[in-house]
Amino acid sequence: MASPLQSPDRFERPSVVTFLAGAIALAVVVHAFSAVGISPVRLMEGIPSIGRILGQMMPPDLTRLPQIGSALLETFQMALVGTTIGVALSLPMAILATRTLSPHPLAYHAARAVISFCRTVPDLVWALLFVIAVGLGPVAGTLAIAVDCVGFCGRFFAEAMEETDPGPREALTALGASRTGVVFSAVVPQAMPSFIATALFALEKATRSSVVLGLVGAGGVGIELKVAMDLFSYDLAATIILAVFALVVVVEQVGARLRARIL
Amino acid sequence: MAIALPLEATPTAAGDPAAVAALHDLTVQGLTKAFGARPVLRGVDLAVPRGQAVALIGANGAGKSTLLRCCLRLIEPDLGQVGLLGEGVTSLRRSGLRRLRARVGFVFQRHNLVGRSSALTNVLHGGQARHDGPLYWLQSLAPPAARTEAMRCLDRVGLADLALQRADRLSGGQSQRVAIARALMQRPELVMADEPVASLDPSAGEEVMDLFVQLIREEGLTLVFTSHNLEHALAYADRVVALKDGRIVLDAPSSALAARDLAFVYG
Repeated sequence: MASPLQSPDRFERPSVVTFLAGAIALAVVVHAFSAVGISPVRLMEGIPSIGRILGQMMPPDLTRLPQIGSALLETFQMALVGTTIGVALSLPMAILATRTLSPHPLAYHAARAVISFCRTVPDLVWALLFVIAVGLGPVAGTLAIAVDCVGFCGRFFAEAMEETDPGPREALTALGASRTGVVFSAVVPQAMPSFIATALFALEKATRSSVVLGLVGAGGVGIELKVAMDLFSYDLAATIILAVFALVVVVEQVGARLRARIL
Repeated sequence: MAIALPLEATPTAAGDPAAVAALHDLTVQGLTKAFGARPVLRGVDLAVPRGQAVALIGANGAGKSTLLRCCLRLIEPDLGQVGLLGEGVTSLRRSGLRRLRARVGFVFQRHNLVGRSSALTNVLHGGQARHDGPLYWLQSLAPPAARTEAMRCLDRVGLADLALQRADRLSGGQSQRVAIARALMQRPELVMADEPVASLDPSAGEEVMDLFVQLIREEGLTLVFTSHNLEHALAYADRVVALKDGRIVLDAPSSALAARDLAFVYG
């Protein structure tokens, strides 16, 4: 009789290096919890305060609804214009940052570095810089969103173009098309669904960001929220938070439906 | 070795290069290419006179596709000379190479169409061989004369009624017809095809090959195509060139060959 077939181990035995790396990672996480001082006791102690604030938020104060609506519209406009500018700047930057399309390795590395820099600096920091440069108001917020969008869209546009089928590119190259012709005839049409999906994600992200940017004076409804919180007008703050929530939900729903149609 | 006919039976690239180039649309001398340590072409010599149809046959990895791509420098050769339509391909700079490529139609095995674009837009792309700028990127931007010419090319391959159909919704045979129309739109002087019907079923392959060769003959163009189908090689080419391990092992008129003479190429 044949010997019974032995099943393989369910899990591989980790190597010493893997085990040590896991232990170090766990230690780092535990230390981080300890450093930020988060504890169940403090959370329990905070619950009554949260309950008190929530109580003061009800019912929401609707007396300033027209002003809040106007600020909310400005917030959305900042997001829309910032995203539009950002997407327009992202496309040429992404072409340079695509290994197979970039005209020179220097251009490739430079474009990658610019995109990385735009992405790694938080949008709030960009907003602070633009407030200093162009003054308080929605222009600073719009520019901050545009730069942040270059970091986000530039990376994903480049990845989308790198993943396109090389066949049409080879065909256009073989028939003597210019480099620009190859990009816009063979690569961009293939990557277009991904471009649109990324741009819609960028708009959703920008809508959320533009609320926060107002806190540093870069326009939009954020400043209204800050004033309400500073004056302990939690009922007014509740109205603003609910209005922001409604705006973000609408933008996300419209974005999701558009993406579903395109993809 | 089972070479059916002596190599002298057909033109080669030997002799005075200028004299050879004057009579031939394609001359290849000592072409060598390796991918890493693996040699793919080992000193290939070939000359194709104007108006001739040549079939390149050989097993997978014999170097057929690499030879075609090296002729247009879609793959850079390591050594050797290529003369194409009277120009030295290997010495051309970027702009000169672009101008030369514009004169050569290339049909790929996998069609290489832009799937999300319409058949008409794909055909119109062939016009980029002669025109730079965005007018030839999309059919909706194209000048009326270019659209008319592209429609005529589609009509010649029998697909005028599918002009606005997205390329990724066409069948394999229809896609290859669009790729042929794109090559016609180039107004080429020579056409190369890399296993143009390998991805099609036998019936569609026959149909497309009939149409393809008929159009090439109507235009009086030189044709170099690769194929695994020996019947196609014998039926559609004036001359058969067999490659094995990166070397030419047979070069003979197709009229003097039978399929059994070619079997050794795949052995």
